[in-house]
Amino acid sequence: MNKTDKAIYFDYASTTPVDPRVANKMMEYLTSDGHFGNAASRSHIFGWKAEEGIEKARHQVASLINADSREIVWTSGATESDNLAIKGAARFYKAKGNHIITSKIEHKAVLDPCRQLEREGFEVTYLDPDENGIVSLESIKNAVKDTTILISIMHINNELGSVNDIKSIGEYARSRGIIFHVDAAQSTGKLKIDVKEMNVDLMSLTAGKTYGPKGVGALYVSRKPRVRLEALIHGGGHERGFRSGTLPTHQIVGMGEAYKLAAEEMDQDNERIAKLAKYFWNELSEIEEIFLNGSHENKVPNITNISFAYIEGESLIMALKDVAVSSGSACTSASLEPSYVLRALGRPDELAHSSIRFSFGRFTTEEEVKIVAKIAKKAVQQLRELSPLWDMYKDGVDLEKVEWAPH
Amino acid sequence: MAYSRKVIKKFEDTLKNPAAHSVGRLDASSKNVGTGMVGAPACGDVMRLQIEVSEAGLITDCKFKTYGCGSAIASSQQMIEMLKGKTLEEAKKIKDKDIAKVLELPPIKIHCSVLAEDSIKKAIEDYESKKTPA
Repeated sequence: MNKTDKAIYFDYASTTPVDPRVANKMMEYLTSDGHFGNAASRSHIFGWKAEEGIEKARHQVASLINADSREIVWTSGATESDNLAIKGAARFYKAKGNHIITSKIEHKAVLDPCRQLEREGFEVTYLDPDENGIVSLESIKNAVKDTTILISIMHINNELGSVNDIKSIGEYARSRGIIFHVDAAQSTGKLKIDVKEMNVDLMSLTAGKTYGPKGVGALYVSRKPRVRLEALIHGGGHERGFRSGTLPTHQIVGMGEAYKLAAEEMDQDNERIAKLAKYFWNELSEIEEIFLNGSHENKVPNITNISFAYIEGESLIMALKDVAVSSGSACTSASLEPSYVLRALGRPDELAHSSIRFSFGRFTTEEEVKIVAKIAKKAVQQLRELSPLWDMYKDGVDLEKVEWAPH
Repeated sequence: MAYSRKVIKKFEDTLKNPAAHSVGRLDASSKNVGTGMVGAPACGDVMRLQIEVSEAGLITDCKFKTYGCGSAIASSQQMIEMLKGKTLEEAKKIKDKDIAKVLELPPIKIHCSVLAEDSIKKAIEDYESKKTPA
């Protein structure tokens, strides 16, 4: 198939396609000639087979993060895992204190539960990251109070690919007896994760960004030390009461298989993707006035977030019409606000408006990267020709000093 | 953002062949040229319209440059089409709604057509201020 005839997918950080090997595994758990039973049915072989598949998957997921199978709670995805971890822990331990620490660049699945807890009387500190999207241990230490019961910091930021030092934060949180939650939606299969070594108490996981199906995820809940949570969903007491509801066997088996593949193929995937990303950045660096959001030194190679000054992100997405990417531009969001992540880095709004996130994955080819680099260079040049700001920049006008007429 | 075909076509045509679609600049210092620049980089759109007007009050040429989303660029293009060959008095009557209607802009993008109307007003104002003896 000629790749130029169809759209190129550079939005793996949003979701990945399901690996065909995963899809095949899932098919075994759907129809009447497969294991379609309810894992909670203890009285017959259909239930036992489903349970067997689920327990194998539980082991596969636990293995990827060096946890015990008994520490994995199935959920519907990272959003539910974040909700269960944050609301569940805060509400369970509220007698100990009411203060929570998180950062301004967390995913909405962390920020919105924190906002909800504020409405319930909790106090939340939202830390500023540094200019590259890293939350420093120092800022956490400065924010901790006697009433702090929970720290929630993401492993890899979804917009920037920036990597937080989870191990140092974990060591500190453990020494202070504060529960430490990590949103690892972006990091499975990208970075080595060891919840024991990192002293993580709660970790949110998802299948749909690691070549598994959408709609399934897990929450790691530490047994040693034992972390307790107030459940969000009641009814049947599945998952040791943490999360009731009939388990979606095919989804879970798919997540297990996807994580098994991630464990086996992570190094070769990452090595290949790093090379592609390097080539891509080198090509795009030929364009004047572009800025990497994040730093090369402290980010994963699969995500490259670039601001193309003097052009607006949504128009660039339209100009890259056969390339699927996402933007921090306000025009691509329903709220008309530019990316809160880029704003939290201290980037001016105009650079947030002109940002594009390119994210690569397992099925990205060298040919695709070459094509997109070429298309992007042309599109930027075309849009700058249309841009009055580019004219002004070229004329030496200081845009900061112009009196604009905001609307 | 699901745009109408018209927006996409206007945007793509402009991108492919800017010269044929009135992208460019006129001499802002000329007495026959009015310039209107509206919007702000921080808001994500800036539109600059320039009109050249004959002694008889007829718009003889217009050029634009726009920084903004696809619908801002398409709105600029639509505005240019509506302005060509018009008298100043006729141009003053162009409303944002007319532009939005032709392009079938989604409600969240109406501000793009508002920006276009504003740039027409500003360009005419600028031109008329040059004509008024100080």
